Amino acid sequence: MSAAPEKPSLLPASLERLYAVFVKELIQLRRDRLTFATMIAIPVMQLILFGFAINSDPKHLPTAVLDNDHSAFSRLFITSLKATDYFDIRYALAAPEQIDPLLLAGDVNFVVEIPQDFARNLAAGENPAILVIADAADPTAVNGAAMALNGMAAQVFTRELLGPLHRLSSKPAPYEVRLQKRYNPAGETRLNIVPGLVGTILTLTMLIFTALSVTREVERGTMESLLAMPINPVEIMLGKILPYAMVGFLQMALIAFAARFIFNVPVVGNLGTFVALTMLFIVANLSVGYTFSTIAKNQLQAMQMSFFFFLPSILLSGFMFPFRGMPDWAQDIGSILPLTHYLRIVRGVMLKGAGFADLTSDTAALGAFTLAAMTIAVLRFRQTLD
Amino acid sequence: MSEAPEIVIDVRGLNKSFDGKRVVEDLSMQVRRGRIHGFLGPNGSGKTTTIRMLCGLLTPDSGDGTCLGFDILTQQREIKRRTGYMTQRFSLYADLTIRENLEFIGRVYGLRDSAARAREAIERLGLGGRADQLAGELSGGWKQRLALGACIMPKPELLLLDEPTAGVDPKARRDFWDEIHQLAHEGLTVLVSTHYMDEAERCHEIAYIAYGHLLARGTVAEIIAQSQLSTFVVSGDNLAGLVETLKHTPGVDMVAPFGAKLHVAGRDAAALERVAKQFSSPELVWERDAPNLEDVFIDMMSRAQDNYS
Ligand SMILES: Nc1ncnc2c1ncn2[C@@H]1O[C@H](COP(=O)(O)OP(=O)(O)O)[C@@H](O)[C@H]1O
Ligand SMILES: [Mg+2]
Repeated sequence: MSAAPEKPSLLPASLERLYAVFVKELIQLRRDRLTFATMIAIPVMQLILFGFAINSDPKHLPTAVLDNDHSAFSRLFITSLKATDYFDIRYALAAPEQIDPLLLAGDVNFVVEIPQDFARNLAAGENPAILVIADAADPTAVNGAAMALNGMAAQVFTRELLGPLHRLSSKPAPYEVRLQKRYNPAGETRLNIVPGLVGTILTLTMLIFTALSVTREVERGTMESLLAMPINPVEIMLGKILPYAMVGFLQMALIAFAARFIFNVPVVGNLGTFVALTMLFIVANLSVGYTFSTIAKNQLQAMQMSFFFFLPSILLSGFMFPFRGMPDWAQDIGSILPLTHYLRIVRGVMLKGAGFADLTSDTAALGAFTLAAMTIAVLRFRQTLD
Repeated sequence: MSEAPEIVIDVRGLNKSFDGKRVVEDLSMQVRRGRIHGFLGPNGSGKTTTIRMLCGLLTPDSGDGTCLGFDILTQQREIKRRTGYMTQRFSLYADLTIRENLEFIGRVYGLRDSAARAREAIERLGLGGRADQLAGELSGGWKQRLALGACIMPKPELLLLDEPTAGVDPKARRDFWDEIHQLAHEGLTVLVSTHYMDEAERCHEIAYIAYGHLLARGTVAEIIAQSQLSTFVVSGDNLAGLVETLKHTPGVDMVAPFGAKLHVAGRDAAALERVAKQFSSPELVWERDAPNLEDVFIDMMSRAQDNYS
């Protein structure tokens, strides 16, 4: 009998052990039908539930009109407004003082103010402005209407602007619609919800699946064998995290696909940036879950820890409430959470076309968080049964 | 294997407590290369705890020693690399097939061609037809064979087997021991804990532990000789009634029924002789006999109970 033949170099041997755990976890994941089903079901369910909320594109919103012009053009504008189906003209106002009470009481979502001499200025080519004040406290309510308004504005007078006024029918429109959002100027839009959803779904699923990985082995008694083998905590951790990173990648693809083709959220920025930073975020959450699993005494505790982490992630990350609108202490807690940074990243990349350079501080925060979680996990990992 | 130490396990004064309760107390033991060393003792006496301390799974509160020449306190990794540990409870992955379990182990130990080595191990175990069966679905005997196969696949120098034959049928136990002897013959050192006396008698040497204390060690013959126990075998009718009487008779240290007979033992030979005379009758035949291992252990255990518990 000879000693176990060892490979000469250290790194390949270490990678091989990591690979051993990786393959093992992958097989177990594939055999664990329930977990696998959950992993697919959670994002699908969340997408459907939230998607339903996103799709609710409210119409016939109460609107007040203050027509200071009383011309054919202003009346035509108001008629077109009604025709979009988004605006339900409930009040015809006589004076500007009437506007604020209506908005404050929440009796109307919109107030449209047409300035004096609108028709004359329009004919003179002076580009007059119509003011639309929106109550943006409920951003989902406002956005569809705002978009309809913009689409309508460009076309409403095309037929009337014939003959001598034909020169005015050229684009852009010969007048301006100024949208003034009140109460929530940051305007959490429906576009913001889908990217946020990417983050919350990944947080929940990634957290839960690694939170069980170590405790499960302890409870099943397989940990004793594993610890008796020449393998170290870092190899075990990475081997256990990697298969779930792959699952995370699939989830990301699924959600991104749904975002793009079902909810029509454009990805303005670079797709590579999106994928790379999302993977970082996935690994960050996997590390947290794994850390919990090294601390928890059993699977139930690990689940409870995950939910205690998930709750503030939802509430304080800026997913539910605008981040800058929260009190300082809440912002401080929020700044520790990976979801907070990821929301900025994903909104930046998907909606604003931000690149790595614009996101360095959030990327660094995610990286630091991941490293810290992994360090704690490796230190907390019990290499003995003491 | 040129400069391998002749003493494979050499530990001194090991102590271990859990929650303030001393589980292993001042335990020393030496095991020589190529020997099968039996580790006996009642449940909860600290066998598993001791084995875990030897392979680095538990840190002793005090004491030190070496395993395969490596320090058990600082060089656990070297020890693990060269030791096969078969846990008391089946600890392979129940949701992996036999083949997948063995390949996993092959990779962790960095075996050159883990797939081929797993195939070999499967052939050797006679599990050819079941390679793709989940390990959790195997019967007790097959689980035990697989666990042993998994332990020896990386070709360790030392095997630590924790009650490997618990709950396994006699034929499988016999085969298992034949295999252990074959491995020892090839140079492997084996430390095996067990409850069974017939298994103890198949070991080159044994150590008996109760309540965390090592009470005896040596070959079977040595332990029997050390015990200085005189034994009588009593046959006759109505032995059940006699048991209670004898238990309270001075000079009798152990009474145990064996089938239709009664084993009576005592450390004071003269006193026991008197008892034998006193209770002898045409219906009760007292015959002097050499004590067997079980007599010795039962006696040691009852003494340990008085001293330590
Ligand atoms: N991890 C542990 N925590 C607390 N008590 C333990 C632990 N492991 C073993 N014990 C206790 O130590 C004693 C000896 O256990 P063990 O070494 O398993 O005995 P054996 O293997 O001889 O049956 C038992 O009383 C057991 O309850
Ligand atoms: Mg035990």
